[in-house]
Amino acid sequence: MSPILESAAGFKFDNVKRNQLLSEKGNAAPRATKTGTTIVGLIFKDGIILGADTRATSGPIVADKNCEKIHYLAPNMYCCGAGTAADTEFTTSMASSQLALHSLNTGREARVATAMTMLKQYLFRYQGHIGAYLVLGGYDVTGPHLYTIHAHGSTDKLPFVTMGSGSLAAMSVFESRWRAGLSREEGIELVKDAIEAGIFNDLGSGSNVDVCVITRNNVEYLRNYVMPNERVEKEQSYKFAPGTTEFIVPKPPATLSGEEEGTAMDVSA
Amino acid sequence: MAPLKPGEVSMGTTIMAVQFDGGVVVGADSRTTTGTYIANRVTDKLTKVHDRIYCCRSGSAADTQAVADIVKYHLALYAAQHGEEPTVKVAASLFQEICYQNKSTLMAGIIIGGWDKVDGPSVYDIPLGGSLHKQPFALGGSGSTFIYGYCDKVYHTDMTREECIEFVKNSVSLAMTRDGSSGGVIRLAVITEDSVERMFVPGNELPSQYLG
Repeated sequence: MSPILESAAGFKFDNVKRNQLLSEKGNAAPRATKTGTTIVGLIFKDGIILGADTRATSGPIVADKNCEKIHYLAPNMYCCGAGTAADTEFTTSMASSQLALHSLNTGREARVATAMTMLKQYLFRYQGHIGAYLVLGGYDVTGPHLYTIHAHGSTDKLPFVTMGSGSLAAMSVFESRWRAGLSREEGIELVKDAIEAGIFNDLGSGSNVDVCVITRNNVEYLRNYVMPNERVEKEQSYKFAPGTTEFIVPKPPATLSGEEEGTAMDVSA
Repeated sequence: MAPLKPGEVSMGTTIMAVQFDGGVVVGADSRTTTGTYIANRVTDKLTKVHDRIYCCRSGSAADTQAVADIVKYHLALYAAQHGEEPTVKVAASLFQEICYQNKSTLMAGIIIGGWDKVDGPSVYDIPLGGSLHKQPFALGGSGSTFIYGYCDKVYHTDMTREECIEFVKNSVSLAMTRDGSSGGVIRLAVITEDSVERMFVPGNELPSQYLG
């Protein structure tokens, strides 16, 4: 064979043809786990409050009933993720390591705008193929900041935001009750109610409420802040009294019980 | 002229810029949508790319933000290396270069407005294909189709600063009420040699007009 054809260098597109053939024959490509989600964030008097539900779905199946959707970015920054679970996980952990190196190099605390720019440029490069929809919140030297970042790389800066399939339910709560200068308690209550609106009204969201409060020099991660869907004891007992179902003790097979004639084993050499 | 991808954030928009003696007025509505959902009702589509140069963005939010960020970087570098402010023409050429070279992957219609000491006030329009047009006033976005006739009728050269502000307010307001993809508040910027003045008109205080 010609050495050019045999060359191992370069990218091979064999799988493209293979996948095309497979889909023509009716084998659909596998789908990634999407987190039908409710994630929210708001600005209150002293900083940022983030919130998330804890359901992860893969198609119609609940893949995880208590997953963590509020990801760590830096000591002063956290990020909620909706969309493709794997993409939000890896995008935020990559941003987290880059931010750690950045603050080590500069000797300063990383800014929220820096994290936002890194994430939007990374997502824009992949033209929406990385399905990460993020709510980024943090407190830096310039004050509290809250952003949404869409998978295609667009960003918005707002005082209250929601994302994911439950975003409409959550936004209706924010639009009717958010105001400037909320107290810590009022803020947490509003975030909790917004997430619960998603949990109860959106099929893609469910289980528990996670909350994260970020202020000037402090972060409080309130994992499972409320659990409105705890399993309770069944109203009816399905325990049956012993002997409800009759059963028969099987007798051992007759052939093994007595000294009946068998075929002698051939022991000849 | 790539179509919008599924789930992409779009700015079905009304944007415009008008030149007057001594400056430029740029204006925009504030609506960004994902399909039928309003992702942001108070968006700022007037983006600063240098001290006296602004751009009005329409099309894909992600694409126009990325392009504006790149141009902003190049203009900052230009100013540092040349020791003087870039002209609006330089900014518009940078925008055109990016929009034309990447026309197959971008969805971006941009209007550039600003003041510089070579040409004074100027307005440039870069529609979807990446062509560049210098105009005394420019319209853009989905809402603009509703107001071309109105603007051609009302506009006249030698308009004053105040007349231009009213012209932009009235035009954008008319487009916002007829175009479902435009709405919210009106954002304005008046760019002159001495300053950039930002203004906004709340959605419940729009100029009076027939509302049927």
